[in-house]
Parts: sequence; structure tokens; C-alpha cells
Amino acid sequence: MAVETTFDFNQMLSSAREAYGVELMKMVDEGLDFAFTCSDNVASSTSTGKFMRKYPERCVNVGIAEANQVGISAGLALSGKIVFSQVFGPFLPLRAADQIHTDIAYNDVPVRLIGTHSGVTSGGGPTHNVIADLSFYRAVPNLTIVVPADANQCARVVRESMKYPGPMIIRIARGAEPDVYKNNDYEFTIGKAITIKEGKDLTLIGTGNSVHWSLMAAKELQEKGITARVIDMHTIKPFDTEAVLQAVKATGCVVTVEDQSINGGLGGAVAEVIAEAGILCKFKRIGLPDEFSVIGDPDEIYKYYGLDGHGIAETVTKLFF
Amino acid sequence: MMYNYNLNVDMELVQQLECKAVEIRKMLCSFIYEIGMGHLGGELSVTDMAVALYYKYMTYDPKNPNWEKRDRLILSKGHCGETLYTIFSDLGMYTMEYMIEHFETLKTAKFGMHPNRKYVEGIEASTGSLGHGLSLATGLALGARMSKAPWRTFCIIGDGEIQEGSNWEAFMAAGHYKLGNLVAIVDKNGLQMSGSTKDTIDVDPLGDKIKAFGWDVIEIQGNDMYEVCNALQSLLPADPITRRRPICIISNTTKGQGVDFMENNCAWHGGGIAKAQLDEALVSIENCRKVR
Repeated sequence: MAVETTFDFNQMLSSAREAYGVELMKMVDEGLDFAFTCSDNVASSTSTGKFMRKYPERCVNVGIAEANQVGISAGLALSGKIVFSQVFGPFLPLRAADQIHTDIAYNDVPVRLIGTHSGVTSGGGPTHNVIADLSFYRAVPNLTIVVPADANQCARVVRESMKYPGPMIIRIARGAEPDVYKNNDYEFTIGKAITIKEGKDLTLIGTGNSVHWSLMAAKELQEKGITARVIDMHTIKPFDTEAVLQAVKATGCVVTVEDQSINGGLGGAVAEVIAEAGILCKFKRIGLPDEFSVIGDPDEIYKYYGLDGHGIAETVTKLFF
Repeated sequence: MMYNYNLNVDMELVQQLECKAVEIRKMLCSFIYEIGMGHLGGELSVTDMAVALYYKYMTYDPKNPNWEKRDRLILSKGHCGETLYTIFSDLGMYTMEYMIEHFETLKTAKFGMHPNRKYVEGIEASTGSLGHGLSLATGLALGARMSKAPWRTFCIIGDGEIQEGSNWEAFMAAGHYKLGNLVAIVDKNGLQMSGSTKDTIDVDPLGDKIKAFGWDVIEIQGNDMYEVCNALQSLLPADPITRRRPICIISNTTKGQGVDFMENNCAWHGGGIAKAQLDEALVSIENCRKVR
């Protein structure tokens, strides 16, 4: 069944942080039990800020101490809580790598680490970019890794995660991203990719904010008579290998798009699936190259590295058509 | 809050626990001989404290290690897990034969040099990487407060481990949140893997530092069972709601305590023990038995 997506990205910017903050409040009102921890990046004006003011007894602000935040979250989980933990993304995967690996993943506790400002969306230069997190997370056992395509999907992931026993990473962007899905009634299962547009000439696979870039690219390619299948690969682990293999069979050409280093992220995962299946196909990874990003406005950076719709369409056309 | 640290400790109890510590040390050495690996230096230094906790001062039921109301103990110095395994064995949770059979054997492993909570009932958290335990314990204490649960969280930390910066993040947070239901115990044997902590990175003045982070500090001779009991008996009830300074017991110990040729010798940080050494160790431990 085709999923309805929006192509009018300019008017519908939403924040995943806002959406899941609202969802958390609903969940408390419904009687669900969980704890919330945060670092010093939850503004009082946001919905998560409101959540913390409304339910202070279930919230812990750990300050600027990401390793401790992850450790404390694991301890809270060991005490019997499901824990949502919002961390300023740039300092989550590397500063707290050992705590993610050992306290969360090895102990296998139900902590949901919500890393904000993924990729280069924070715009603060390479110290404030998150370019190697997916590569790292992929190698850590027990972690479920979800990268919601838009704000509404993030809220769904947060709710869905209440049913999950183990640890989860939820990777979200800065908080002003276009809605990909027009309605919120599409089928969504963690671990199951969504084909959001059919096409026969190639497949574009995106994750998180790169899903809408892929859609934009598909639109531009369409004008040139090239039809692209577009996949929302919202879960990086467990990885939906079947969706990749079907795409390869149907289109013979796969292009991955991600706001992450091209080394070891979504593109790496897709390449591994295709190579291990022994299938010959056209393939290209589009992402952040192996260098520290240029410094600038995020939208400029995306254009610079050819990650916007136009850049993707150009790369694809030049390489394959 | 000031602690009444000079209490009337029942000397009969002290003596019973001392005898138990002698037994545990002997069992521990035999266990390490059988499995061929361990961290005897630190395992022997922390034995008295661990015995006092599990046999007297922790709310704990070895028949029901997942009992919701139990006190939690996080062994931050995870490499000393065999001390806990030995105590679990003595408490009837596992037989020694079972532990030996299931120790780091590829197909049947449950017990590892660093404990895994998913394999070993009684282990509250999988540890081994140093500097993690106090954050976990802080989270547990906060969780008890959220649930208004009256159990207490203990966390045993090595003094070399104190060099890991993450401990200080946790000391700061627990002090800030005034977790009166949290007790950190620093097993301060003064040695780390390759030498003294003083010569490596000096952790002192440890008590003053921890006090400055908002904790109450009790400093004791941690291989003197009377002092251990006195400190643990002085703890106020683990009321989850009342906010008061968390407590740190600085337990001054001797690495390799009880085995004369291991004492204060950092070469006994890790490794196995030969049969002749075991026999000598068992005699040495017996000779340490106090006559009161």
C-alpha cells in the first residue's frame, strides 16, 4: 500500500523533540510508568521542559556530564524503570561510549537514549557534529537503533519503545525538519523499512532527515523521466535486509543517503547486505565524506556535500543515467 | 548530619563475622586455585567489608536474590567478582563445584572474572570497566527515591579506580541530589596494578575531596571487623524521601590481606595461584584468625 507523503516541505517544519515531549505527557496521563533524564539541553520552553516541570518526581537533570547521565540512566533502569534519556547528541556517542557499551548495552537495560542534533544539523562546526555515531552503535550488541524520519514518527517510536525490553538509541535532528508523512496512520513497526514511493529505475534509501532529501531527489529525477523507489530505513538495527534485497531486485540500482560519515553507517549496512547476497548492482553511498565538515549553516553544508535533493539527483544522474 | 560512630558493637557478632571472613578467604583462594585466574589482592582486601554486608548489614535473602526489597550492592571494582561468588556459594546460592564448572568455559560459562548480571543471580550490574559503578548506584538510589522504596544502594569502588573521572561526576550528582540512601565504600588498599596509587596518581586527601562534593565521610580500618561493623551499624535508615548527604566509607585495607606473601604486593593484583602457594596461603589465613 502506498504511503502518503508530503512534497511541500517548506511549510511543514516540525520538531521531533517537541513531538516526543508531548507524547511523554500523554503517556504519563495514560498511567505508563517511566523515568526521564536529561543533560543541560532541555529548554524550559520546550515540551520536554514542560514535561519536567509537570512531573519533576520522575525526572533527573544530570547537568553537563554525559557519561554520568548514561550511567545514572542505566542505574534507574536497574531499579525497575523504563528510562528515556535526552542527551545533546554531539556529546553522546563518543563521550559516553563506554557507558553506552557497558552500562546500557551489556547490562541490556531498557534505556532509550534520545540523541539530538544528529549529523551536522546543529551547525556549530565539527565539535558539534555527530558523524560517527551510527558506525559505533551498529557495532554494539543489544542496541536497537532507530532514526525517525520526522517528528510524528519520533513520537510513535517513543510510544512503541515502551514494549521493548532492551536498550534503544533514538537519533533525531535539530528540531526544525519537514514532515515526511502527510498523515500519521501508516503502518509502522520498528525494524521494518517503509517503501514510501515506488519507482523502477533506482532505489534511494534514506534514514532520518535524509528521507525527505531522498524524496526531493526523487521528485527532481521524475522530471527527467527517472523513477526512483524511496525507502525510509528508520531502523538501522535490527536491519531490514529484505527491503534492501527486494529493492536491488526490482531496480538494480541502490543509492543510500545519510547525515553521517559514509564510513560504516546506513550506506555501509546496505553495502554489506548486497555484497553478502552476491548480487551485482549499481551502488552509491551519499553522506558526509571522510573529513571534518566545513563550517556553516546546516542547509549550506548539505548543499556543499550534495546531500540536498538537488545534489542527490545530480550525483545519481551523473553516475547512472 | 553527624554520625554516631562510636557504638556498642556486639563483640560476639564481630567475632562471628571474623570467623566467616577467615572461611571466605580460604574458600576464595581455593576457588582461584581451581579456576586458575583471579584478582586475589583486591579480593582479599575487600573480603571483611563484603562479609559484614552480606551476612549482617544488608537487607538480603540469598534464597530470593531478586527480592524487590533487598539492598543493592554494585561492585564497581568488577574484577573482584570472585569474592562475591564465594560469598554467594557459602550462602547456598551456588555450589563451589557448579561455579568451577561454569567458570569461563566456552560452552557453559556463567561466571566470569568480571561479573555478568544476566548470568549470575545476585549480581546487580555487569561491571568490569572501571569508573562505572557509582553512576549506576546513583541511578539506583534515584530510582528507589522515585519509587519511594526503602532499600539502600551500596557501591564498592577501588581506590585506583577513583582515578577515573566519571566517579567524580557521580560523586557530584549524588551529593547534589542528597541521596541519603546511597553508601559508597572505597576499598582503599593503596595499590593498583603496577604500583602504589600514591606514586601513580595520588587520590588523597580522599576524604576531604569527597566531603567537598557534599558527602559525609567515615574513615575506618577496613580489615578490622570491629571498625567495619561500627561504621555499618552507624548508618541511618535508608529513607528514600529525606534528603541528606550520601555516605562514603573510606575503608583502609591491605591488598592481599590475610596471606602474608601477598600482602602489599601489587604483583598479586591478578593471576592464578599454584598448589604450593595455595597451601601456604591457607596456613597464613588461619594464622590471622583473631583470638578475642
